[in-house]
Amino acid sequence: MSTTTQSLHTNVDASEHPIAPFLRMDRMPHIWCPTCGIGTIVKCFASALEQTKVDLDKTSIVSGIGCTGRVAGYMKLDAFHTTHGRAIPFATGLKLGRPELLVTVFSGDGDLSGIGGNHLIHAARRNIDILCILVNNFIYGMTGGQNAPTTPVSARSSTMPYGNFEHPFNLVHLAASCGAPYVARWTCLHIRRLTKTFAEALTRKGFRFIEVIAPCSTLYARLNKLGSGLDLMRFYHDNAEIKHGADTREAEIGFQDRILCGKFVDIEKPTFTELMHEHYTKTLGDRFVPMKPEGGWIHE
Amino acid sequence: MSRTEIRVTGYGGQGVVLCAYIIGRANAVNAGNHSTMIQSFGPEARGSACSATLALSDEEILYPYIRRPDIFVAMSAEGYDKHRDELKPKGTLVYEKDLVPARLKKGQRSFGIPSTRIAEGLGRSLVQNIVMLGFFAAVSGLIPRDEVRKAVEDSVPTGTEELNLKAFDAGWSYFEEHYGAGAEGDAVAAATVVSPVA
Amino acid sequence: MKADPAGVLTGVHYLDGDFACGEGAMAAGCRFVAGYPITPSTEVVERISRRFPMMGGTFIQMEDELASMAAVVGAAWTGTKSMTVTSGPGFSLMMENIGLGAMMETPCVVVNVQRGGPSTGLPTMAGQADMMQARWGSHGDYEPIALSPRSPQEAFDFTIDAFNLAEQYRVPVFVMMDECVGHMTEKVVIPPAEEIEIVPRKLTEKPPGEYLPYQNNGNKVPEFARAGDGYRFHTTGLTHDERGYPEMSEECQEKNVSRLLEKIRGSADKITRFVENETDGADVVVLSYGITARVARMGIDLARKKGVKVGEIRLEVVWPFPEKRIRELSKKVKAFVVPEINYGQMVLEVERCAAGRAGAILVPHAGGGVHDPESISSAILGAVK
Repeated sequence: MSTTTQSLHTNVDASEHPIAPFLRMDRMPHIWCPTCGIGTIVKCFASALEQTKVDLDKTSIVSGIGCTGRVAGYMKLDAFHTTHGRAIPFATGLKLGRPELLVTVFSGDGDLSGIGGNHLIHAARRNIDILCILVNNFIYGMTGGQNAPTTPVSARSSTMPYGNFEHPFNLVHLAASCGAPYVARWTCLHIRRLTKTFAEALTRKGFRFIEVIAPCSTLYARLNKLGSGLDLMRFYHDNAEIKHGADTREAEIGFQDRILCGKFVDIEKPTFTELMHEHYTKTLGDRFVPMKPEGGWIHE
Repeated sequence: MSRTEIRVTGYGGQGVVLCAYIIGRANAVNAGNHSTMIQSFGPEARGSACSATLALSDEEILYPYIRRPDIFVAMSAEGYDKHRDELKPKGTLVYEKDLVPARLKKGQRSFGIPSTRIAEGLGRSLVQNIVMLGFFAAVSGLIPRDEVRKAVEDSVPTGTEELNLKAFDAGWSYFEEHYGAGAEGDAVAAATVVSPVA
Repeated sequence: MKADPAGVLTGVHYLDGDFACGEGAMAAGCRFVAGYPITPSTEVVERISRRFPMMGGTFIQMEDELASMAAVVGAAWTGTKSMTVTSGPGFSLMMENIGLGAMMETPCVVVNVQRGGPSTGLPTMAGQADMMQARWGSHGDYEPIALSPRSPQEAFDFTIDAFNLAEQYRVPVFVMMDECVGHMTEKVVIPPAEEIEIVPRKLTEKPPGEYLPYQNNGNKVPEFARAGDGYRFHTTGLTHDERGYPEMSEECQEKNVSRLLEKIRGSADKITRFVENETDGADVVVLSYGITARVARMGIDLARKKGVKVGEIRLEVVWPFPEKRIRELSKKVKAFVVPEINYGQMVLEVERCAAGRAGAILVPHAGGGVHDPESISSAILGAVK
């Protein structure tokens, strides 16, 4: 751990921090800006791992590219920092290649819903058994604040300098309408609720989709003159509306408008693998040989 | 066996490719020779012309396509029309007598069989291709009968072996009855036009 | 190690190249396939999807080729042998995650049943115009391995070889088939499982605390740890150090990239494979691969009948290219004749290795069929005039 680089972590004793065991402390300090929301979300996820006592040796994390795409690199799990937009199909391969793994995708809005949008809807449709955490900061952060598929109408970005005129995705509605059996949204202000949702989702199965709204103070807030990260947290406090079970059609996010939060969908639904097993058992009977939990024809 | 080129045509749904597949398999897998089968891949829908080619040889086959067939098996008029000019000057036409208006050039030989009617007589018009196969096997004499029968058994859907072997034998017998020793047939085309109607 | 009998369809078969390739994959122990349908490769996954449920394999038809390749790289990290199958347009889309596979050093196999291009080109007809794409298709420096079968039998054999090479060198390995071989039905002999040699994944024996995912173990190929075995490793498409941690520096880039290249270049003599006939005293050597090698033989026979001394080199492994041998031969022959179903790809390698000492004569074919043997023999005759 570097002690010379400026960092919020400089004075933290790694061994004493409660989530240190879940992190690669040898990679601190991280690259995220001061008051970025991603670190908080990582903390919530690590706490949820601790609470649920899942087998960390069997837990993998997959990220794409971007600010949130760096999460995999800081988690002390089997961690895959993949290509831009392909975290979900990569994770699909991991899960199907070794069915006993608990696989989490942790990436950003541009990565998962922009360049990777097609994979998002198909994974939800198939109900692939992965937990998908999407951090939405309304902008492409790492590349300098370009317009995203989530940028609210009229918000400025570096490629929409006069304000965005495109319709953004309502991501929770997208995931729900594609068939995801578990869909929730929080902001990174909702630490306890978010942690609880992560913990619950870790014990569910199927394509679990959790959107977390997070501030990008360096770009989104600056380009839109929204103040500091703290101001945005205050905004979340005043404008987040918690409504469990809400119709996701109502969950659109306008510029500096209310943010509907809560758990919108939580249903039982067979996963891709369960359907496959059920179907082949029915059609092939004794001839069906499912892949072993530890993978296909692993010898020795 | 020196290199022998064969084209099989018919309309989609007649089992053209299976017929060619069994010839190839019988020659390569059972008779220990070489055969390369290529089916035409195109937008052919059920009902339109469809085709497969075979190169048979006792040596390694280098050139996979055929240039001019030595034997042309035609199960439909459209397939026949499309490819009839390719047949070698001394080539052999094997055709569905009720469907193909065969027109030959001098020196070419032709052997016709009402394979669809024979298949219908066996209860399943679907086995027309295997009746034709049996007839082809008898006409050509390229591959021993038992090897082709074995290839039929190994290639058709499980449970249909008996019917298909019956169809094969019916095609073979038709040759013996109509073109075999002592039988009068159109084996050697004296004229350039052979009436399509029996 | 011997093959898993569950995947080996021992016997004498009459199969097309696509089916034979699928059988090769299953015999090699492949148990995960992700793919997207594309002519003329689809029969490979049709075969596999029919047989996989009976041998503990999983096939998934993904939403596109980007996803297919990403899923294959992901699955390979579990230790399950993985493959995808495509043709030109899909191969283009796969390049992104082929690069990831190369950078993460992921053993996996990509089959390209080549058709005529560019773009949608000739979906149902043969081409060999993706050979340089196999070499250079993804951005950045990496060294691929590619094989090119000329018959359904070789489609079976070379697919097994591809899996074995992928394990030995931890790279994506390409099977560069073509539509003609893919859709050609011939005899294919599948031996018993105990006669098929399989290279198992070299899993690390080090305990998690000591294991470094990208440590050079002398042969430049790092040891592997599977996801889910407690190693909690990190891997990335970014330039990385031995720990698999990103490091954005010239030094790290040099170390990382040079090892990726050297692990193949340093073993090129072992990987390269070709059949050589009558090159002693030859004036002309015909170099070919895949389906073209069959027609080239006919061209050679025609030229020999006219008294030309013609040698033959038929590449089985096309990448890495047998540079050393071509350099040696270029000192002895007048010219190389290179027929290929493209407008000049592998001939560029021949030209580079011949370096002006011998000619490199392309016999092009734009695609849609194979060469006339006469076009090859006349090129041979022209070379000795």
